[in-house]
Amino acid sequence: MTSIEAQGDKHRAERQAEAHGDQHDDGHDHGSVRSYLTGFVLSVILTAIPFAIVMAGGFESRFLTAAVVVGMAIVQILVHMVYFLHMNTRSDEGWTMMALIFTVVILVIVLSGSLWVMYNMNTNMMPQMNHEALGLGS
Amino acid sequence: MSTVTQAAPGDFWEVEPHHHHEGASTSIGFWIYLMSDCLMFAVLFAVFGVLGGSYAAGPGPKDLFDLELVALNTAFLLLSSITYGFAMLAMVKENTRGTLMWLGITLVFGLLFLAVEIYEFNHLIHLGAGPQRSAFLSAFFALVGTHGLHVAFGCLWLVTLMIQIRQRGLIPANRRRLACLSMFWHFLDVIWIGVFTFVYLLGMI
Repeated sequence: MTSIEAQGDKHRAERQAEAHGDQHDDGHDHGSVRSYLTGFVLSVILTAIPFAIVMAGGFESRFLTAAVVVGMAIVQILVHMVYFLHMNTRSDEGWTMMALIFTVVILVIVLSGSLWVMYNMNTNMMPQMNHEALGLGS
Repeated sequence: MSTVTQAAPGDFWEVEPHHHHEGASTSIGFWIYLMSDCLMFAVLFAVFGVLGGSYAAGPGPKDLFDLELVALNTAFLLLSSITYGFAMLAMVKENTRGTLMWLGITLVFGLLFLAVEIYEFNHLIHLGAGPQRSAFLSAFFALVGTHGLHVAFGCLWLVTLMIQIRQRGLIPANRRRLACLSMFWHFLDVIWIGVFTFVYLLGMI
Protein backbone atom coordinates (compact mmCIF):
# COMPACT_ATOMS: atom_id res chain seq x y z
CA MET A 1 0.00 0.00 0.00
CA THR A 2 1.43 3.35 -1.00
CA SER A 3 1.39 6.34 1.28
CA ILE A 4 -1.32 8.08 -0.76
CA GLU A 5 -3.62 5.08 -0.55
CA ALA A 6 -2.96 4.85 3.16
CA GLN A 7 -3.87 8.51 3.51
CA GLY A 8 -7.10 7.95 1.59
CA ASP A 9 -8.02 5.13 3.91
CA LYS A 10 -7.28 7.29 6.89
CA HIS A 11 -9.54 10.09 5.59
CA ARG A 12 -12.33 7.66 4.88
CA ALA A 13 -12.07 6.20 8.35
CA GLU A 14 -12.17 9.67 9.88
CA ARG A 15 -15.22 10.64 7.88
CA GLN A 16 -17.02 7.46 8.84
CA ALA A 17 -16.25 8.14 12.48
CA GLU A 18 -17.66 11.65 12.05
CA ALA A 19 -20.82 10.40 10.36
CA HIS A 20 -21.22 7.89 13.13
CA GLY A 21 -20.88 10.62 15.71
CA ASP A 22 -23.47 12.73 13.88
CA GLN A 23 -26.08 10.04 14.08
CA HIS A 24 -25.75 9.01 17.66
CA ASP A 25 -24.36 11.89 19.62
CA ASP A 26 -26.28 15.06 18.83
CA GLY A 27 -24.39 16.80 21.62
CA HIS A 28 -27.55 17.19 23.70
CA ASP A 29 -27.24 16.60 27.35
CA HIS A 30 -30.48 15.76 29.12
CA GLY A 31 -28.93 16.08 32.55
CA SER A 32 -29.55 13.90 35.56
CA VAL A 33 -31.64 14.04 38.73
CA ARG A 34 -28.53 15.22 40.50
CA SER A 35 -27.84 18.11 38.10
CA TYR A 36 -31.48 19.24 38.17
CA LEU A 37 -31.54 19.14 41.98
CA THR A 38 -28.24 21.05 42.17
CA GLY A 39 -29.66 23.71 39.86
CA PHE A 40 -32.90 23.83 41.85
CA VAL A 41 -31.19 24.22 45.25
CA LEU A 42 -28.85 26.91 43.90
CA SER A 43 -31.83 28.74 42.35
CA VAL A 44 -33.81 28.60 45.60
CA ILE A 45 -30.87 30.07 47.52
CA LEU A 46 -30.23 32.73 44.88
CA THR A 47 -33.94 33.67 44.91
CA ALA A 48 -34.49 33.57 48.66
CA ILE A 49 -31.55 35.83 49.55
CA PRO A 50 -32.52 38.85 47.42
CA PHE A 51 -36.20 38.52 48.44
CA ALA A 52 -35.19 38.34 52.11
CA ILE A 53 -32.89 41.37 51.78
CA VAL A 54 -35.55 43.51 50.08
CA MET A 55 -38.39 42.36 52.36
CA ALA A 56 -36.26 43.20 55.41
CA GLY A 57 -35.87 46.73 54.09
CA GLY A 58 -32.52 46.36 52.35
CA PHE A 59 -29.11 47.67 53.33
CA GLU A 60 -28.51 51.28 54.30
CA SER A 61 -27.05 51.99 50.90
CA ARG A 62 -29.69 51.56 48.21
CA PHE A 63 -26.94 51.11 45.66
CA LEU A 64 -25.47 48.19 47.59
CA THR A 65 -28.89 46.51 47.86
CA ALA A 66 -29.50 46.95 44.13
CA ALA A 67 -26.02 45.65 43.30
CA VAL A 68 -26.48 42.52 45.45
CA VAL A 69 -29.96 41.82 44.01
CA VAL A 70 -28.81 42.25 40.40
CA GLY A 71 -25.65 40.23 41.05
CA MET A 72 -27.68 37.31 42.42
CA ALA A 73 -30.00 37.49 39.40
CA ILE A 74 -27.05 37.26 36.99
CA VAL A 75 -25.62 34.27 38.86
CA GLN A 76 -29.05 32.61 38.88
CA ILE A 77 -29.44 33.12 35.14
CA LEU A 78 -26.09 31.39 34.65
CA VAL A 79 -27.22 28.54 36.95
CA HIS A 80 -30.39 28.11 34.88
CA MET A 81 -28.39 28.16 31.65
CA VAL A 82 -26.04 25.43 32.84
CA TYR A 83 -28.28 23.14 34.91
CA PHE A 84 -31.70 23.54 33.23
CA LEU A 85 -30.97 24.58 29.64
CA HIS A 86 -27.79 22.43 29.52
CA MET A 87 -25.85 25.07 27.66
CA ASN A 88 -22.44 23.98 26.53
CA THR A 89 -20.00 24.76 23.77
CA ARG A 90 -20.51 21.37 22.10
CA SER A 91 -24.20 21.14 21.20
CA ASP A 92 -24.91 21.76 17.50
CA GLU A 93 -21.19 22.27 16.89
CA GLY A 94 -21.12 25.32 19.12
CA TRP A 95 -23.77 27.24 17.20
CA THR A 96 -26.18 27.47 20.14
CA MET A 97 -23.40 29.12 22.14
CA MET A 98 -22.59 31.46 19.25
CA ALA A 99 -26.26 32.46 18.97
CA LEU A 100 -26.37 33.08 22.71
CA ILE A 101 -23.23 35.24 22.68
CA PHE A 102 -24.60 37.24 19.75
CA THR A 103 -27.90 37.73 21.59
CA VAL A 104 -26.16 38.86 24.76
CA VAL A 105 -24.14 41.43 22.79
CA ILE A 106 -27.30 42.85 21.16
CA LEU A 107 -29.09 42.75 24.52
CA VAL A 108 -26.36 44.78 26.21
CA ILE A 109 -26.35 47.33 23.38
CA VAL A 110 -30.16 47.68 23.43
CA LEU A 111 -30.43 47.98 27.22
CA SER A 112 -27.43 50.19 27.94
CA GLY A 113 -28.01 52.30 24.83
CA SER A 114 -31.69 52.93 25.61
CA LEU A 115 -31.07 53.74 29.26
CA TRP A 116 -28.10 55.98 28.50
CA VAL A 117 -29.74 57.95 25.70
CA MET A 118 -33.09 58.34 27.44
CA TYR A 119 -31.46 59.32 30.74
CA ASN A 120 -29.60 62.12 28.99
CA MET A 121 -32.77 63.18 27.17
CA ASN A 122 -34.59 63.41 30.48
CA THR A 123 -31.88 65.35 32.28
CA ASN A 124 -31.36 67.79 29.43
CA MET A 125 -35.06 68.40 28.84
CA MET A 126 -36.19 69.05 32.38
CA PRO A 127 -39.68 70.53 32.82
CA GLN A 128 -38.23 73.63 34.50
CA MET A 129 -36.65 74.56 31.18
CA ASN A 130 -38.79 77.54 30.27
CA HIS A 131 -39.45 77.44 26.58
CA GLU A 132 -41.29 80.78 26.49
CA ALA A 133 -38.50 82.62 28.28
CA LEU A 134 -35.99 81.18 25.89
CA GLY A 135 -38.17 82.13 22.96
CA LEU A 136 -38.47 78.57 21.76
CA GLY A 137 -41.90 78.06 20.30
CA SER A 138 -45.04 78.36 22.42
CA MET B 1 1.40 8.18 -10.57
CA SER B 2 -0.89 5.21 -10.88
CA THR B 3 -1.60 5.26 -7.16
CA VAL B 4 -3.40 8.59 -7.47
CA THR B 5 -5.89 7.33 -10.03
CA GLN B 6 -6.60 4.29 -7.90
CA ALA B 7 -8.06 6.43 -5.13
CA ALA B 8 -11.87 6.65 -5.32
CA PRO B 9 -13.51 10.12 -5.55
CA GLY B 10 -15.05 9.51 -2.14
CA ASP B 11 -11.63 9.74 -0.58
CA PHE B 12 -11.32 13.42 -1.30
CA TRP B 13 -14.82 14.84 -1.55
CA GLU B 14 -18.26 13.69 -0.57
CA VAL B 15 -19.95 11.82 -3.36
CA GLU B 16 -23.24 11.62 -1.49
CA PRO B 17 -24.97 14.59 0.10
CA HIS B 18 -24.30 14.85 3.79
CA HIS B 19 -27.16 13.09 5.51
CA HIS B 20 -28.75 14.39 8.66
CA HIS B 21 -31.44 12.46 10.46
CA GLU B 22 -34.91 13.95 10.54
CA GLY B 23 -35.26 16.90 12.87
CA ALA B 24 -31.53 17.24 13.45
CA SER B 25 -31.72 21.00 12.95
CA THR B 26 -34.89 21.50 15.02
CA SER B 27 -33.13 22.24 18.28
CA ILE B 28 -30.78 24.86 16.82
CA GLY B 29 -33.70 26.42 14.95
CA PHE B 30 -35.79 26.55 18.09
CA TRP B 31 -32.87 28.02 20.00
CA ILE B 32 -32.59 30.81 17.40
CA TYR B 33 -36.32 31.49 17.92
CA LEU B 34 -35.77 31.69 21.69
CA MET B 35 -32.90 34.11 21.21
CA SER B 36 -35.09 36.37 19.05
CA ASP B 37 -37.79 36.12 21.72
CA CYS B 38 -35.12 37.11 24.23
CA LEU B 39 -34.37 40.24 22.20
CA MET B 40 -38.07 41.12 22.23
CA PHE B 41 -38.03 40.87 26.02
CA ALA B 42 -34.83 42.94 26.06
CA VAL B 43 -36.71 45.73 24.31
CA LEU B 44 -39.59 45.48 26.80
CA PHE B 45 -37.08 45.58 29.67
CA ALA B 46 -35.45 48.64 28.08
CA VAL B 47 -38.87 50.31 27.83
CA PHE B 48 -39.53 49.53 31.46
CA GLY B 49 -36.07 50.80 32.40
CA VAL B 50 -36.76 54.10 30.64
CA LEU B 51 -40.38 54.60 31.76
CA GLY B 52 -40.24 52.77 35.10
CA GLY B 53 -39.97 56.06 37.00
CA SER B 54 -42.72 57.95 35.16
CA TYR B 55 -45.62 57.60 37.59
CA ALA B 56 -47.64 60.58 36.25
CA ALA B 57 -48.44 61.46 39.90
CA GLY B 58 -50.01 58.01 40.18
CA PRO B 59 -49.11 55.03 42.36
CA GLY B 60 -45.54 53.69 42.32
CA PRO B 61 -44.19 50.17 42.88
CA LYS B 62 -44.19 50.54 46.66
CA ASP B 63 -47.90 51.37 46.69
CA LEU B 64 -48.85 48.49 44.42
CA PHE B 65 -46.59 45.45 44.63
CA ASP B 66 -46.94 42.66 47.14
CA LEU B 67 -43.58 40.88 47.37
CA GLU B 68 -45.06 37.83 49.11
CA LEU B 69 -47.28 37.23 46.09
CA VAL B 70 -44.29 37.63 43.78
CA ALA B 71 -42.25 35.21 45.90
CA LEU B 72 -45.11 32.70 45.65
CA ASN B 73 -45.20 33.09 41.88
CA THR B 74 -41.42 32.71 41.65
CA ALA B 75 -41.68 29.49 43.66
CA PHE B 76 -44.40 28.14 41.33
CA LEU B 77 -42.32 28.84 38.24
CA LEU B 78 -39.13 27.42 39.71
CA LEU B 79 -40.93 24.26 40.84
CA SER B 80 -42.48 23.89 37.39
CA SER B 81 -38.98 24.13 35.90
CA ILE B 82 -37.65 21.24 37.96
CA THR B 83 -40.76 19.09 37.42
CA TYR B 84 -40.33 19.63 33.68
CA GLY B 85 -36.74 18.51 34.11
CA PHE B 86 -37.99 15.31 35.76
CA ALA B 87 -40.40 14.80 32.87
CA MET B 88 -37.43 14.98 30.47
CA LEU B 89 -35.51 12.46 32.58
CA ALA B 90 -38.52 10.11 32.53
CA MET B 91 -38.67 10.56 28.76
CA VAL B 92 -35.01 9.55 28.40
CA LYS B 93 -35.83 6.38 30.38
CA GLU B 94 -38.77 5.65 28.00
CA ASN B 95 -41.15 5.96 30.93
CA THR B 96 -44.36 7.22 29.29
CA ARG B 97 -46.47 7.24 32.45
CA GLY B 98 -43.77 9.04 34.43
CA THR B 99 -43.37 11.62 31.68
CA LEU B 100 -47.12 12.28 31.61
CA MET B 101 -47.28 12.52 35.40
CA TRP B 102 -44.43 15.07 35.63
CA LEU B 103 -45.86 17.05 32.71
CA GLY B 104 -49.19 17.14 34.55
CA ILE B 105 -47.52 18.48 37.69
CA THR B 106 -45.68 21.07 35.57
CA LEU B 107 -49.01 22.13 34.06
CA VAL B 108 -50.53 22.58 37.54
CA PHE B 109 -47.67 24.87 38.61
CA GLY B 110 -47.91 26.78 35.33
CA LEU B 111 -51.63 27.32 35.82
CA LEU B 112 -51.11 28.34 39.47
CA PHE B 113 -48.59 30.93 38.27
CA LEU B 114 -51.09 32.27 35.76
CA ALA B 115 -53.87 32.32 38.37
CA VAL B 116 -51.78 34.41 40.76
CA GLU B 117 -50.74 36.75 37.97
CA ILE B 118 -54.30 37.25 36.76
CA TYR B 119 -55.35 37.90 40.37
CA GLU B 120 -52.55 40.50 40.67
CA PHE B 121 -53.48 42.24 37.41
CA ASN B 122 -57.15 42.24 38.34
CA HIS B 123 -56.31 43.68 41.75
CA LEU B 124 -54.19 46.46 40.20
CA ILE B 125 -56.85 47.39 37.67
CA HIS B 126 -59.41 47.43 40.49
CA LEU B 127 -57.22 49.91 42.37
CA GLY B 128 -57.30 52.17 39.32
CA ALA B 129 -53.72 51.23 38.46
CA GLY B 130 -54.42 49.81 35.04
CA PRO B 131 -52.10 50.07 32.04
CA GLN B 132 -53.55 53.46 31.05
CA ARG B 133 -52.78 55.11 34.41
CA SER B 134 -49.13 56.00 33.81
CA ALA B 135 -46.16 55.22 31.58
CA PHE B 136 -44.75 53.13 34.42
CA LEU B 137 -47.87 50.97 34.55
CA SER B 138 -48.07 50.69 30.74
CA ALA B 139 -44.51 49.40 30.66
CA PHE B 140 -45.20 47.11 33.63
CA PHE B 141 -48.28 45.52 32.05
CA ALA B 142 -46.56 45.19 28.67
CA LEU B 143 -43.52 43.40 30.12
CA VAL B 144 -45.17 41.20 32.76
CA GLY B 145 -48.19 40.60 30.52
CA THR B 146 -46.02 39.41 27.63
CA HIS B 147 -44.27 36.99 29.95
CA GLY B 148 -47.63 35.78 31.28
CA LEU B 149 -48.87 35.32 27.72
CA HIS B 150 -45.82 33.18 26.99
CA VAL B 151 -46.57 31.02 30.02
CA ALA B 152 -50.20 30.71 28.89
CA PHE B 153 -49.13 29.50 25.45
CA GLY B 154 -46.58 27.20 27.09
CA CYS B 155 -49.43 25.63 29.09
CA LEU B 156 -51.49 25.21 25.93
CA TRP B 157 -48.52 23.56 24.23
CA LEU B 158 -48.06 21.33 27.27
CA VAL B 159 -51.67 20.12 27.09
CA THR B 160 -51.30 19.47 23.35
CA LEU B 161 -48.15 17.44 23.91
CA MET B 162 -49.72 15.43 26.73
CA ILE B 163 -52.55 14.44 24.40
CA GLN B 164 -50.02 13.58 21.66
CA ILE B 165 -47.97 11.43 24.02
CA ARG B 166 -51.08 9.67 25.34
CA GLN B 167 -52.16 8.84 21.80
CA ARG B 168 -48.86 8.02 20.12
CA GLY B 169 -46.41 7.40 22.95
CA LEU B 170 -42.84 8.67 23.12
CA ILE B 171 -42.16 8.50 19.38
CA PRO B 172 -39.12 10.45 18.08
CA ALA B 173 -41.31 13.35 16.91
CA ASN B 174 -42.85 13.70 20.36
CA ARG B 175 -39.45 13.50 22.04
CA ARG B 176 -38.26 16.33 19.80
CA ARG B 177 -41.32 18.40 20.70
CA LEU B 178 -40.76 17.72 24.38
CA ALA B 179 -37.16 18.88 24.06
CA CYS B 180 -38.32 22.12 22.38
CA LEU B 181 -40.95 22.81 25.02
CA SER B 182 -38.30 22.09 27.65
CA MET B 183 -36.12 24.86 26.24
CA PHE B 184 -39.14 27.18 26.03
CA TRP B 185 -40.22 26.49 29.59
CA HIS B 186 -36.77 26.96 31.14
CA PHE B 187 -36.28 30.08 29.02
CA LEU B 188 -39.47 31.57 30.51
CA ASP B 189 -38.09 30.91 33.97
CA VAL B 190 -34.89 32.76 33.01
CA ILE B 191 -36.97 35.75 31.82
CA TRP B 192 -38.91 35.65 35.09
CA ILE B 193 -35.61 36.07 37.00
CA GLY B 194 -35.17 39.34 35.13
CA VAL B 195 -38.78 40.35 35.82
CA PHE B 196 -38.78 39.75 39.56
CA THR B 197 -35.35 41.34 39.93
CA PHE B 198 -35.71 44.47 37.81
CA VAL B 199 -39.44 45.11 38.14
CA TYR B 200 -40.39 43.95 41.60
CA LEU B 201 -37.27 43.84 43.79
CA LEU B 202 -35.55 46.96 42.44
CA GLY B 203 -38.90 48.78 42.50
CA MET B 204 -39.36 48.00 46.19
CA ILE B 205 -35.89 49.10 47.30
